[in-house]
Amino acid sequence: MYHYDALDQAFVEQRVAEFRDQTRRFLAGSLSEEEFKALRLRNGLYIQRHAPMLRIAIPYGLLSSRQLRALAAITRRYDRGIGHFTTRQNLQLNWPKLPEVPDILAELATVQMHAIQTSGNCVRNVTSDHLAGVAADEIEDPRPYCELIRQWATLHPEFTYLPRKFKIAVSGSGEDRALIQAHDIGLRIRGGAGAPLGFEVWVGGGLGRQPILAQRVREFLPAEELFAYLEAVLRVYNRLGRRDNIHKARIKILVKSLGIERMRELIEQEWRSGRERSPRLTPEQLARVRAHFEPPPYETRPDIDPTCGREAPFLAWYRYNTRAHRVSGYRAVFVSLKAHGRNPGDITAGQMEAVADLAEELSFGEVRSTHDQNLVLADVPQTELYRLWLRLRELELATANIGTLTDMIACPGLDFCALANAGTLSVARAIQARFDDLDYLYDLGPIELKMSGCMNACGHHHIGHIGILGVDKHGEEWYQITLGGAGSGRAALGEVIGPSVPQAQVAATLERILEVYRDERAEGEYFIDTVRRIGIEPFKERVYATDLAAA
Amino acid sequence: MRRILRQREWVIDHWRYPGEPASQTDALIVPLAELRAQPEQRMRRDGKLGVRLAPADDPEQLRADLPHLSLVAVEFPNFSDGRAFTQATVLRRLGFAGEVRAVGAGVKRDLLPLMARCGCDAFDLAEGEDPHSALQALGRYSVAYQKAEPLPAVERVRFGA
Repeated sequence: MYHYDALDQAFVEQRVAEFRDQTRRFLAGSLSEEEFKALRLRNGLYIQRHAPMLRIAIPYGLLSSRQLRALAAITRRYDRGIGHFTTRQNLQLNWPKLPEVPDILAELATVQMHAIQTSGNCVRNVTSDHLAGVAADEIEDPRPYCELIRQWATLHPEFTYLPRKFKIAVSGSGEDRALIQAHDIGLRIRGGAGAPLGFEVWVGGGLGRQPILAQRVREFLPAEELFAYLEAVLRVYNRLGRRDNIHKARIKILVKSLGIERMRELIEQEWRSGRERSPRLTPEQLARVRAHFEPPPYETRPDIDPTCGREAPFLAWYRYNTRAHRVSGYRAVFVSLKAHGRNPGDITAGQMEAVADLAEELSFGEVRSTHDQNLVLADVPQTELYRLWLRLRELELATANIGTLTDMIACPGLDFCALANAGTLSVARAIQARFDDLDYLYDLGPIELKMSGCMNACGHHHIGHIGILGVDKHGEEWYQITLGGAGSGRAALGEVIGPSVPQAQVAATLERILEVYRDERAEGEYFIDTVRRIGIEPFKERVYATDLAAA
Repeated sequence: MRRILRQREWVIDHWRYPGEPASQTDALIVPLAELRAQPEQRMRRDGKLGVRLAPADDPEQLRADLPHLSLVAVEFPNFSDGRAFTQATVLRRLGFAGEVRAVGAGVKRDLLPLMARCGCDAFDLAEGEDPHSALQALGRYSVAYQKAEPLPAVERVRFGA
């Protein structure tokens, strides 16, 4: 993974000193609420329902065991010993105290971490494929490009006060696991195998109040033009993006109003005018960063069948929570943060420390966070899988549900977030309880369930195969259900099936939807494919046919 | 008498702003709209001429005027409207070598380093902003990740380019 040099280190330390001074001025009353808000957001600090919330950056989801231990220590010391992984692969603390935030940032800096640009109207944490570097279908490791983009975007003098937040994702494989079309800019690596490397560029995607999928703006951008082109897109956006209405300020609205053709013209024109003064991505620069992402020292190991003679629960875990590795004898392992009875994405300090230990013992000391709010140990020898499973099971991190219904995404919702209209955590619990039988989940097959507590869609509900959106109805929490969304593969936005349902009936509604699937599915057909084939009508009919009993 | 931070000095400002009394020989800043409405104005004056861009103005429109201008003011109205960062960048890209002055209620120490790196070389500080602290803020960072004067860009240090 990337290690800071003296310059990176000096930069984060200077950033901490600056924020310490700004916090001091705010607490002393010499910096207004409004101005401090703009500054603290760009350091990851929100003011939430109960307390501030600090969102710590985990660039493209990559962590060392040392960093994970430091995060555990921070949550113990400054919070309540618990952290929450987000859909941008970041970690949120829900109970820090404002005067202590500069100290937290200083501790993060000692392990080459920060919370820079994890919120606010600026370029946010760059996200990527959680299987980068180990996936069998990879064209090129996207992480060096993510790191280069991270550095380029960090306190970019021109693009740190944009009309609205700006999210970039990079994918380097055949299958897109980075939700390219849900981003303001999505980059897919193209070329390789002797051909020059470059990017297919997508622009104008975003969820939120008005979900729109990104459109392709350029088929091939030579890699050396990366920054020049990003600057062109951002310059057009910074100039022309709307600032009069926060709900119409994302680049997706600009692309929609101009049309992709006009947007492309403006970007290309700006690119031509500006490229001479924009930085080029040089081979030296790329080589320097790439050297940080060399494969770890894999041993020569034969592929084995780790399931041979093992008990059924291990077989299920192996099937659902591990993935093929490009190197023989190894496997990528999901650490499920979706135990039934827990908040999706939550992890305790003790669990963090234990995962850090396991990473050191079994996976070259690295851990990844996923946009689905789980962790990954990417390089585990197949011979160690059984031992790892036993340990994870003790830690309650081995629920064999990855990719199934209860591997759901949920934002923190009304319990924590000041923006939320409805709770998500109690709904998650109700769903976990109703679908607690793993064999039933396995029979349902892969289903992506995504839930947000408000229109801002942090839980990505629009691109869930099943999406749940919390809404406020005269002071009560109700939930709108969508079907048919997808973030990867054939990206699509879900369709609302009908009137929203009260909180107590969400789980029962899901049960009816899944009954329809079980009745209608063809042999071996996945949920999303059945929805695409038969449309939402049959689901709608069943859900609203008779009154639902409360759960 | 107005003072501004120019080239890292706290100096008396001799420019007259739109609406302030100005003689034929005074250095005068006019809004872009006024320059457009009275294009002859710049020819008739003896004093230096500057233009003030509103956040929505496109600096490309000034391309032909730039050789006749000594100053362009760009406006930072608050801590959220960042269009002037792009305006300053584009002005420098167009080859403008005169003063690019940051004006508005957002011209405070916290944003100064970014403004300077986009090409602003003079700062009309917001009311109540202390010039000493502003000057200090300009020196807060020793490096930048982007190619941007006056700080050394990390790439230049890393590769000696």
